[in-house]
Amino acid sequence: MGINRYQVYKFFKLTFIQIFLMSVAVTCLFPLFWMVRSAFMTNDTIFTDKSFIPKIIQLGNFAQAWTDGNFGVYFLNSIIYTASVVTGIVIVSSLAAYAFSRLNFPGKNFFFYMFVAAMMIPLPGSFVPLFVLMNKLGLVNTRIGYILCMINVGLSLSIFLLKTFFDKMPADLEDAARIDGCGKLGIWWYVALPLAQPAIAVIVIFNSLNVWNEYILASLLLNDNSKMPLQKGLMVFQGAHSVDYPILMAGLTIAALPIILIYLVMQKHIIKGLSSGAIVG
Amino acid sequence: MSTNPATARRNLLFKDNFESFAFILPAVIIFSVFYIYPFFETFALSMQKWNGISLHRTFIWFNNFIDLKDDKIWWNALGHAGYVTFIALTLQNALAFALALACDREIRMKRFYRVVFFLPPVLSEVVVGLIWQWILYAGKQDGQHIGLLNHFLDKTGFSHLIHSWLSDPDTALTCIAVVHSWKGFGWGFIILLAGLQTIDRQLYEAAKVDGAGSWRVLRNVTIPMMIPVIFDVIVLTILGSMQVFVLIISLLGNGLGDHTDVPVTRIFSAMTGTNQFGYACAQGVTFGLILIFVSFTFKKLSTKLKQA
Amino acid sequence: MKRLFCVVLGIFLLTGCAKKPEEQNTITFWHWMTDRQKAFEELAKKYEEQTGIKVKVDLYAPSDAYTQRIIASAQAKVLPDIYGILDKKEIFASFIDSGFVADLTAEFAKDNSEWEKAIFPKAIDVNRFTEGNIYKVKPGIYGVPIDVTNIQMLYNKKLLEKAGIKKAPKTFDEFLAAIEALKRVGITGMVSGWGELWMLDCFASNYAFNIMGEDKIMATYRGEVPYTDPDWIKVFNVFKTLREKGAFIDGIVTKLNKYSEQDFALERAAFSFNGSWCVNVYKDMNPNLQYGAMLPPAIESTFPLKIWGGAGSSFVVNNNSSRKDKAIAFLKWVTAKEQQAYLAQETKNLPSNRQALSSIPEILSDFAGVMDQTTHPTIWSHNENPLVAERYIKGIQSIIIGEKTPEQVAKEVQEIKEKELKKLRKE
Repeated sequence: MGINRYQVYKFFKLTFIQIFLMSVAVTCLFPLFWMVRSAFMTNDTIFTDKSFIPKIIQLGNFAQAWTDGNFGVYFLNSIIYTASVVTGIVIVSSLAAYAFSRLNFPGKNFFFYMFVAAMMIPLPGSFVPLFVLMNKLGLVNTRIGYILCMINVGLSLSIFLLKTFFDKMPADLEDAARIDGCGKLGIWWYVALPLAQPAIAVIVIFNSLNVWNEYILASLLLNDNSKMPLQKGLMVFQGAHSVDYPILMAGLTIAALPIILIYLVMQKHIIKGLSSGAIVG
Repeated sequence: MSTNPATARRNLLFKDNFESFAFILPAVIIFSVFYIYPFFETFALSMQKWNGISLHRTFIWFNNFIDLKDDKIWWNALGHAGYVTFIALTLQNALAFALALACDREIRMKRFYRVVFFLPPVLSEVVVGLIWQWILYAGKQDGQHIGLLNHFLDKTGFSHLIHSWLSDPDTALTCIAVVHSWKGFGWGFIILLAGLQTIDRQLYEAAKVDGAGSWRVLRNVTIPMMIPVIFDVIVLTILGSMQVFVLIISLLGNGLGDHTDVPVTRIFSAMTGTNQFGYACAQGVTFGLILIFVSFTFKKLSTKLKQA
Repeated sequence: MKRLFCVVLGIFLLTGCAKKPEEQNTITFWHWMTDRQKAFEELAKKYEEQTGIKVKVDLYAPSDAYTQRIIASAQAKVLPDIYGILDKKEIFASFIDSGFVADLTAEFAKDNSEWEKAIFPKAIDVNRFTEGNIYKVKPGIYGVPIDVTNIQMLYNKKLLEKAGIKKAPKTFDEFLAAIEALKRVGITGMVSGWGELWMLDCFASNYAFNIMGEDKIMATYRGEVPYTDPDWIKVFNVFKTLREKGAFIDGIVTKLNKYSEQDFALERAAFSFNGSWCVNVYKDMNPNLQYGAMLPPAIESTFPLKIWGGAGSSFVVNNNSSRKDKAIAFLKWVTAKEQQAYLAQETKNLPSNRQALSSIPEILSDFAGVMDQTTHPTIWSHNENPLVAERYIKGIQSIIIGEKTPEQVAKEVQEIKEKELKKLRKE
């Protein structure tokens, strides 16, 4: 009898959890659905046709958005920027976070708190000195200048997050590696990084999204269209089609896809990280 | 070359320190050039009277900060951001934690949920703005409410609750906070999920063997193990919510009187609206110091909790 | 992975650092108008064909990003050859003061002022500093308007007919009566994008001109007339009356202009206060919309009601550029009749060149017809201190949502005004 009651209880609990999860999921899916749905409509029907699946479906919006927005070049640029910045941030911040968590050197706390503090202070006027400096260094209108600036933007937060995860990690494996004669750099590369996979996946997602959607800094530092990221294309596109919602939505859908893809790939690593955690225990 | 053991040890220590320091060197270099230098320049600007263009800047010591002390609108704006942050800390983080817990267990369709919960942060501000405008729209056409929320209230018999959500001082800020929480909970969700994943499953098993119910496991195993991560999420939520402003602009334009002003909108309006560039920098620096203070208080709290 | 990253970095470094010599036959042109990028690029292509001079058209949008770029470039002294200043007259003056802007007075005066005569005087005035201006700038013309706009009241013919209104209201009382009639048949009166505060400022300013005239407004800005003056209370009361009559669409104080345009295009309101750019927007959203343009209905008859208008967008020439003459020549070419007609056709904006007017669509000529009744803050002798202006406009918002009375707002604005005046005297 007891088992029966327990099963009933469990059934209700699971149903309740499912209903809860489902209702949140619906609110998350709705805007995406709406965006994609609108992208298939025509401008005549978008304000009048309120049915779930539009009566008239127009497929050409995506192609038109792609060519009108001149997305090809911008897309490529954004991929280059996202890949370089994220790689840079992962390497630089994981090195630093590992040192802050595991190694000892004078001034360690000072430097760590410096990074954390930097996260907090919004510097509204800093674009003026930054631009003047970049100009002196000859980095205005160069890809490398933009990439370095963007690495700096994501750095503090990534160090901050990674340090927490390194702190949480058991030290036995590193000790084992040290006994085997692995140097500090070797331990970082062969032991710490693989173990921190979930956290690194979070960092990758966070920074990819950041770089992919960044626009203000790009328009401050870059001049040429051939170097601009996707958001610039989107901005021009929005202005030119501010009332042409279907095309606008098609453009926005195209722009959102890569990030959703990155997330899909990365979220597996968040989960995989320690389910293969036998090595840790 | 002396082979004095003390010197050798010191040399070794120096080498070791240097090696360790090399780990943070790339970060420090990038940071010094692109952050520290502009920071000091900005700090210098915060002590000047400058309109942003003119070649003349007047050095006025801390006068901008003294003006800021008496700027009632500024402190109100800080309060508004605090309100949004409070709602985000409670509503958004509780939601994120509950969802992360649910997705950490063996539950049907958890893969689907993991993907879906992160959609709002991915969506562009334009889409979010358009969607929520449509939901919160006030006004009627041909006797029908245009906004989804009002339409829904009308149809379900709660027509007395129908409202101009975004242009009523009583509800505007709460609407902002709710939309902000909706847009942001995905972040808390994945960070917390990543944290939950690093908890050793054997700890759960052990607790279950000891006969602990799921509530007790949560209290005695999960939460203590998660404190550092929860603290991170809290700090990130504070940072994200205190600096909210894109959402306000896309939903309310220049804002509803002083009721929806937040520090960042004040900074922008000082910088380009009223051309007090130095004052804007002073606001930024002050705002940063306040955030640092709040975050470090939480940090203290979390270390205490960990010890307890 | 790491090696690949290094290689990528190295390539960028190499390509980035190779400095090109300054091109004498390429001029740079920076703007912020996403909807005109295509037209500008077309013009640039044509210009290169005709003269061999290349024009590099760079777009920085939205306008916040553009403003940041301009401010930063000014400090680094790398402004382009041609750019626009999106700020108050005071900041315009600051640009001139710092030597960033070329004086075009002589250019406009050449050949018996041929260039100046071609362009709407109001649009030139926006770029002019008059004798004895308070910014102490050398009198002259410093910018070139490439199009003009003005902001008026639009009415939906079909909706007015539905309410039994035959003619567009001329006076404020007629307007209120129309609102009443519309309400009876369940139609919302008026919409505007007052979530963008300058549009609200503009509407208030129209009535301030109508109620007290320009001189008294300027006297207020100089600090000689207080905001608690009965005339200013009357201005604030316009909003109170409209609110009490239920003239406004719900949520008007936080409505962005694009949503206001959507409301009017979808016939959710009978009147809309909007600028001449709306013609293009409405055409795209609802091609069957039947509407006309009128002046906001005047409340008094002593002073004329003036609407805001003048240059839509103006451009200046970088005084430090070695290609200054070429930049001026290009602007001259852009404001010539043929190019203006092309721009008007492509972007549906009013041309700044009067000779190009003949080639514009009909509804646009409704807007062009009232250019004489326009005014603009940039041509006034004085402007309000921005802090006072901020209080003033937010105070009007409070009246519209019924939070404060006109008297309260007047008092609050006056308090700030006196504080700022005191500061000014100290300096």
